[in-house]
Amino acid sequence: MTINILAFGIAKDIINGSTLGLEIQNGTTVGDLKMELIAQFPDFEKLRSLVIAVNEEYQEDGFILSEKDEIVIIPPVSGG
Amino acid sequence: MIEKFAKVSKSNFKTESIIDGFGKNFEKVNTMIDIKIKDSPIYPHDCIDFVADEGTGGSTVFIGTVRNQTKGKKVIRLEFESYVPMAISEMRKIAEQASERWSCTKVSIHHRVGVLAIGEVAVIIAVATPHRKSAFKACEYCIDTLKETVPIWKREFFEDGDVWVAAHP
Repeated sequence: MTINILAFGIAKDIINGSTLGLEIQNGTTVGDLKMELIAQFPDFEKLRSLVIAVNEEYQEDGFILSEKDEIVIIPPVSGG
Repeated sequence: MIEKFAKVSKSNFKTESIIDGFGKNFEKVNTMIDIKIKDSPIYPHDCIDFVADEGTGGSTVFIGTVRNQTKGKKVIRLEFESYVPMAISEMRKIAEQASERWSCTKVSIHHRVGVLAIGEVAVIIAVATPHRKSAFKACEYCIDTLKETVPIWKREFFEDGDVWVAAHP
């Protein structure tokens, strides 16, 4: 299945765009996605943290992704 | 222009129905939390007015502004970017947690996004509580947690380049 990932902040610079389409297998988890992102874009490993939000909630590595999810790469936040 | 906001009522407050001239029912909610993300200037008095309440013993306000330097390096301007719907829901969670922990009567959090000049207001937090000490604690909790959990990103522009703040260790 294909997932469409949104990027913000420095993640946009790293993937050189604000969205990224990725072909993944059924059962792919947030942890798998992070490893795939780091494999494709090694700069993600240099960040202070790399978190994935699914449908507007932070999710742990074990969370399984589905095609209709809104998946967002959350690099270290710096509001305020 | 973005002006997204979310208001929630505490469950222990009653809501009342009002009926307009057309006989349609509207639920009037006793609003206790006020969250906004705006791409235009934000004003402390908006947050202060929101939390003003006769049942309040004290209110505190934190105003975060754009500083002219970082570690001695001159900053020209800032840019804030946000994943707006999630940022609003995370800000609301913080306000709800503070309300529960310190019995806040009202909480207002406004955050600015887009390009900001030096001295402009980036964030305002106002909290009202029955007693003075908890007002300080609740306000500090809100700003500290906002910096940790709310998906907003700050980019600082210097004379010779720019950097996404706190992105790297």
